Amino acid sequence: MATQHSRSAARAMMAPAVFLLLVWMLVPLILTLWFSTLDYRPLRGTFDCCEGLGNYVRFVSSSAFWDSILTTLQLLGGVLLITVVGGIGLAILLDQPIWGQGIVRILVIAPFFVMPTVSALVWKNMFMNPVNGLFAHAFKAVGLEPVDWLSQFPLFSIILIVSWQWLPFATLILLTAIQSLDSEQFEAAEMDGAGPFARFGYITLPHLARSITVVVLIQTIFLLSIFAEIFVTTGGAFGTRTLTYLVYQRVIESQNVGLGSAGGIIAVILANIVAAILMRVVGKNLDA
Amino acid sequence: MARAVTTQRKIVFTALAWGIGLMIFFPILWTILTSFKTEATAIADPPVFFNFDWTLENYQVVQERSDYMRYLWNSVALALGSTFLGILIAVPAAWSMAFVPTRRTKNVLLWMLSTKMLPAVGVLYPIRLILIQLGLLDSKIALIFILMLINLPIIIWMLYTYFREIPGEILEAARMDGATLKDEILYVLTPMAIPGIASTVLLNIILAWNEAFWTLTLTTVNAAPLTAFIASYSSPEGLFYAKLSAASTMAIAPILIMGWFSQKQLVRGLTFGAVK
Amino acid sequence: MGRITLDKVRKAFGDVEVIPPLDLRIEDGEFVVFVGPSGCGKSTLLRLIAGLEDVTSGEIRIDGTDATHLSPAKRGLAMVFQSYALYPHMTVRKNIAFPLKMAGMDQAEIDRRVDGAAKVLNLSSYIDRRPGQLSGGQRQRVAIGRAIVREPSAFLFDEPLSNLDAALRVGMRLEISELHKRLATTMIYVTHDQVEAMTMADKIVVLRAGHIEQVGSPLELYRTPRNTFVAGFIGSPKMNLIEGAEAEKHGAHTIGVRPEHFQISTEGGTWTGTIGVSEHLGSDTFFHVTVPGFAEPLTIRAGGEVDLHYGDTIHLTPDASQIHRFDAKGLRLP
Ligand SMILES: Nc1ncnc2c1ncn2[C@@H]1O[C@H](COP(=O)(O)OP(=O)(O)OP(=O)(O)O)[C@@H](O)[C@H]1O
Ligand SMILES: [Mg+2]
Repeated sequence: MATQHSRSAARAMMAPAVFLLLVWMLVPLILTLWFSTLDYRPLRGTFDCCEGLGNYVRFVSSSAFWDSILTTLQLLGGVLLITVVGGIGLAILLDQPIWGQGIVRILVIAPFFVMPTVSALVWKNMFMNPVNGLFAHAFKAVGLEPVDWLSQFPLFSIILIVSWQWLPFATLILLTAIQSLDSEQFEAAEMDGAGPFARFGYITLPHLARSITVVVLIQTIFLLSIFAEIFVTTGGAFGTRTLTYLVYQRVIESQNVGLGSAGGIIAVILANIVAAILMRVVGKNLDA
Repeated sequence: MARAVTTQRKIVFTALAWGIGLMIFFPILWTILTSFKTEATAIADPPVFFNFDWTLENYQVVQERSDYMRYLWNSVALALGSTFLGILIAVPAAWSMAFVPTRRTKNVLLWMLSTKMLPAVGVLYPIRLILIQLGLLDSKIALIFILMLINLPIIIWMLYTYFREIPGEILEAARMDGATLKDEILYVLTPMAIPGIASTVLLNIILAWNEAFWTLTLTTVNAAPLTAFIASYSSPEGLFYAKLSAASTMAIAPILIMGWFSQKQLVRGLTFGAVK
Repeated sequence: MGRITLDKVRKAFGDVEVIPPLDLRIEDGEFVVFVGPSGCGKSTLLRLIAGLEDVTSGEIRIDGTDATHLSPAKRGLAMVFQSYALYPHMTVRKNIAFPLKMAGMDQAEIDRRVDGAAKVLNLSSYIDRRPGQLSGGQRQRVAIGRAIVREPSAFLFDEPLSNLDAALRVGMRLEISELHKRLATTMIYVTHDQVEAMTMADKIVVLRAGHIEQVGSPLELYRTPRNTFVAGFIGSPKMNLIEGAEAEKHGAHTIGVRPEHFQISTEGGTWTGTIGVSEHLGSDTFFHVTVPGFAEPLTIRAGGEVDLHYGDTIHLTPDASQIHRFDAKGLRLP
């Protein structure tokens, strides 16, 4: 269904979205690119031209950079693993005939509605606090030494908090997918003598492949730019400084705009690499 | 599977599901409970669950300290404004992608999604500068625009996957029936896609409501939404659990209630085309 | 009025030419059927006429005026789609009224026409239901109703009956034919069911790979197929095509004999063969007969109650006046 009329209409109707996103992407990017070549430290009043690639060299050669990349990957991997595996498990569980299914579903999706600042604050203070947190109470109750979660296991704690927030999303998408699974397929497999594990491996999992891709894609998009959870809990200390957070510290906390901008550009490049890889993998799966 | 399920099996699964469900929900429940306690009960060891003297005092204190209604109104305005604007721009774009696909369509979509992967911190400084220049720092209009832009790729994607399931023949029939493009979208496509649009709107409201980077860095007073309201309780002097809980409850209650009431609509469209 | 003329109309999707330049005249009030195998471009041709696709080159005229670049809405044609394409969120009444509403007609006139169409099509008792609550045949009628209220200059049908079961298909076939008689409006009807083509058409257009193989009345095509393709396509069961020595006896590369043009006998005839599968339909019986030396078994029509069985020997004599002769390129020899 394509005539000249509809094709030009289509172009006209795409235009606002494409234009806005292009501006939204390019203008700040160009400014950042420009800043990244300057020695720009507003607090000291320096605004000197022509650092060249100096800021980039300085940013990449600091050990903080490589640490932050590792941290970012660990956070991403940890959360994806927990939410995808947990999401599949929960989706299968919620697909079973149980009493009060609707209520359980409401309970399970609730964390998705909680804003990241709130969940970080609540987890940090009311659960992970080494003195008054519930975990500390629980440890004491069974005779264990309370743990200061956010300084002893900081990254793990953040992964836990973020996973709690994103598990509902993964569960919902996977649950919809599981419910769309044709039960005749299962019956056929059962007739063919496939046990529960074989049925999971040969039917459920392949059927979920597209949904898992979607979950991974969307969560990666959001997780790469995770901010509030770190800001509120550790402030980037104890090896929880992701690349995003490192750039934030350089630009805002130490007011070194030149250096931070270089970091920002590097983050943009890396994000694009991740995006390209992801799109390559996902694009295929998203094909109609 | 249409087959009698043994009661025993059902009991086991019910217990398991409820156990896990309550565990996942517990942090929220605990926050709500704590918001009705006194500060002393809030940190009592062993913890108290239900048998304490319920008090509304924390809510009063929080309301006195910060003007909740203003933050709430800002959150509502930002979430609804950015969603409305986003839908307005996304529906035509998604129509184009779904019904007049070209060789580039998929790449355009992926490019749009990739703009969401750009780390916001990288461009925070220039955006701030631009807004200051325009005198739009701490303005709702600017934030509505920015929230719309950051969620636009997701909205377009969701609508696109939804529109694609609508047979093109129906739109062609409308065209044969003399409908203009506007009529076609307004009277035929949109009503047919209501479930998908509803789901998209809901997801977008949730995302906009909870967005906590731009709303924190680009507002001070006038445009500050609930994310900023709660952030003011993260400083050490705000660390009274009961008050923190009350503030948290106030920040999440509206969206939590909306989410629960609309979860059927939300879930129905939340497939991103992954379910055939 | 509905005279439609295609002048060197060509359609290519990218590099693939689906319709090579093609000329066709459709007279006012004619019932024209496009037939051809799947993928031959029937729908594409119809959509070109409708304006849902652009022609790559060439000209389409409706009632003498150039419509090549008109939008579908302005061509004054109505289309009935294979999937019915009803608006699922509107009631039957609203569905039928939609084109009139789009034309900005006043409500009283809309109601009058919708009620008229509903009566003609026996839809009055479902008028407030939605398409989802209707059966396939009823949906089909709504789609037709939506088309007729506009009083278009021509109707376009794209395989409108292919989603219906066999019994309903026969019924709807009659209804559409009757509608055509009553309205006397041009109808262009796409199908790959040659029974529909034979029974409904004033004029059949046989297409293959975007080419028009032959245009003519059903009987013309039946009696004098221009080539082996048309010969094999029109008529059911298919015409038997025989090559080789037997054909050369008639001075042709290929000869064709329809199943109904044989005399059968148990004593003697031109060809002798063995009965394979036989299909008893009650009124007729079709035998598949293997004749030594022929590449394919022949299909033979016999009367309803013939007492012949699997493995029996049978003698066949083709009706001499009904032997079609074709040359090496498959074209009909005079
Ligand atoms: N939009 C398109 N892009 C590319 N090729 C197309 C397009 N539409 C149709 N075609 C090709 O054009 C040819 C004719 O298609 P068309 O749908 O007209 O066939 P048809 O005769 O209606 O077949 P059927 O009986 O199966 O409906 C087919 O080979 C098809 O693959
Ligand atoms: Mg077709």
